[in-house]
Amino acid sequence: MDFLIFQVPMLTLQAVLDGLLLGILFALIAYGMALQWGVMNIINIAQGDLVILGGYIAYFMYLYGIHPAWGVIVSPIIMYFVGVIIYKLVINKVVDRDLFISILATFGISILFMQLMNFAFGADVVLANSGYGTTMLFDNSVTLPNSKIFSAFISIVFAIGLVIYMKKSKLGRAIRATAQNARAAKILGVDTEKVYAATFGINAALCGVAGALISITFTIHPYMGLPYTIRSFMIVIVAGLGNLPGVAMSGMGLGVFEEFADYILGTEFRIGSVFLLLVLILVYRRFKLSRKREYLK
Amino acid sequence: MNKNIILYGAILIFGIAAPFIFPAFKVQLSILCILIILAITWNVQGGEMGYNTFGNILFYGLGMYLCASVQVGMFFPLGEWTEGGGEKTFVHTPAQFFQGFAVGLAVAAVVPAIIAGLIGYSILGLRGHYFAICTLGLGVAAGEISGGIEIIGAGQGFTTPPFPNVDRLEARGEFFYFCSFIVLVLTFLAVKAIYSTRFKLVLNAIRDNEDKAEAMGIQTMKYKIIGWMISAFFCGLAGGIMGGLVGYIDSTDVAFDGREMGVFMVLMAILGGKGTLWGPVIGATLFHIFKEGFWTFFLGWQYVALGVLIVVIVIYFPEGIMGWLREKYPERFGEVVDEADRKAQVTLK
Repeated sequence: MDFLIFQVPMLTLQAVLDGLLLGILFALIAYGMALQWGVMNIINIAQGDLVILGGYIAYFMYLYGIHPAWGVIVSPIIMYFVGVIIYKLVINKVVDRDLFISILATFGISILFMQLMNFAFGADVVLANSGYGTTMLFDNSVTLPNSKIFSAFISIVFAIGLVIYMKKSKLGRAIRATAQNARAAKILGVDTEKVYAATFGINAALCGVAGALISITFTIHPYMGLPYTIRSFMIVIVAGLGNLPGVAMSGMGLGVFEEFADYILGTEFRIGSVFLLLVLILVYRRFKLSRKREYLK
Repeated sequence: MNKNIILYGAILIFGIAAPFIFPAFKVQLSILCILIILAITWNVQGGEMGYNTFGNILFYGLGMYLCASVQVGMFFPLGEWTEGGGEKTFVHTPAQFFQGFAVGLAVAAVVPAIIAGLIGYSILGLRGHYFAICTLGLGVAAGEISGGIEIIGAGQGFTTPPFPNVDRLEARGEFFYFCSFIVLVLTFLAVKAIYSTRFKLVLNAIRDNEDKAEAMGIQTMKYKIIGWMISAFFCGLAGGIMGGLVGYIDSTDVAFDGREMGVFMVLMAILGGKGTLWGPVIGATLFHIFKEGFWTFFLGWQYVALGVLIVVIVIYFPEGIMGWLREKYPERFGEVVDEADRKAQVTLK
């Protein structure tokens, strides 16, 4: 192995740190996906596009002179309502249908969002400059932008806040009850329609937070949504539904994998390697389960 | 039976005469043929077998690259052809062009089918939405990876050999139209023949309940792989012709275009009616007319319209046109209807 990255330990450390900080963001998006997958049994292909839309909200605040970090507060509020509107218009008609129908319907939403964002915000790659500066470690050989540390911190805060909310609040209990058995919950007086709308809204809000953070730390572009969907799907199938520590771990693992793929294979293969990893993970799971004569359900 | 022969004859004659009746629409008609082929092949996989895939675009793009690469590589060094910047000094003579295209098409059909057979055992073990997402990943990964491979043009694309200079100006359009039309007829006949065998029943059994099919002693995996290989074979052919027709291959915008072609084939089959022979044909034709109209008059809004169309079709029209007709006129589809029973069902609803 004559790759530069393994010869210079600082470079390896850099990649690992970058990957971990990036992975926490992925885990936040995946958490939203796991939530609505578990509760409503819907795979949302438009997840990544919701993330990008949330990013554009923060970017516009930056354009109008407000510090983009406030996007972390504003973006989820707006995105919550976007999520509820999407639910009312489309998702509530596909909730109890075949999963492929929901995949296709959200694929349609994804295409729609991509193009509307392209019209509204232009096809340029943009980022919101937070002006947070950089932290240098080990004689300036490892650089960590403070915005990345900030985004990881905010993601953790939101994730923990949501866990507590799901455990303690009335709506959180209703959501968990619906996830366990929607019919029983309905009999016991839970308005499942409202719970579904709220779940989709919370998912969109989480995407909004993640998007705002991504617009600060990385770049956003109207067509960049699908890789985020695939990443969160991958994290969820590795971790399993309702396994929050697992989601965090596999999110960070994916982040580190991506940084290494970036260094070793080159940036042009980065997205490709993510999608290939998805295929490999699914195939691995399939062979593992087929020994017990079972299949992924 | 007689009625059918007249119908098929009329369609065949129309297909042969079409480029001469509408000389301005030759390219559009060729694309229509390609779209119908794609819809039919998707239907073998998604409609009859019940394995809804987004990944048949993989075979389509593969066929496109293979056909063009073989056509160039048979006579000239491929690396120099795709090298950017310089003037293209290589010119195919007519004989070289047609020979290359024929061999290229053969390769473009066979290799994707072999690849489908090789990866089939791993991928087809997944079911339902896992299969759908996995194939979606395959298609996008293929696009991203082929965009990084130098010898087939990487990010800057691959110009397929220009049509050789023969005396007639119309020759290019007619050549590609008849290529695609002949492949369409072959695909249709092959699929029709397959649909009248036990093989189709096995595929339907897999769609309806795979576990039970397996319990009945059917080797489901074997049939699934064969079904996917058939699908890949014709997908590759369609891709090869489309590459020559478009004249330029880009990894993510033309070949592995999951956002357009990959979704189109699913949409066309669903619009026409999954699991029927004629559904994909009707769906693809209607879709192409709609698409061309929209693309021409509302340029820029086409993806918005596409997104809305997908959502509307999927939510309000999942049975498709053939499904709707079947519900309305079950007698025409050879179903025996008991009038009293039907009335009772209607009142129940």
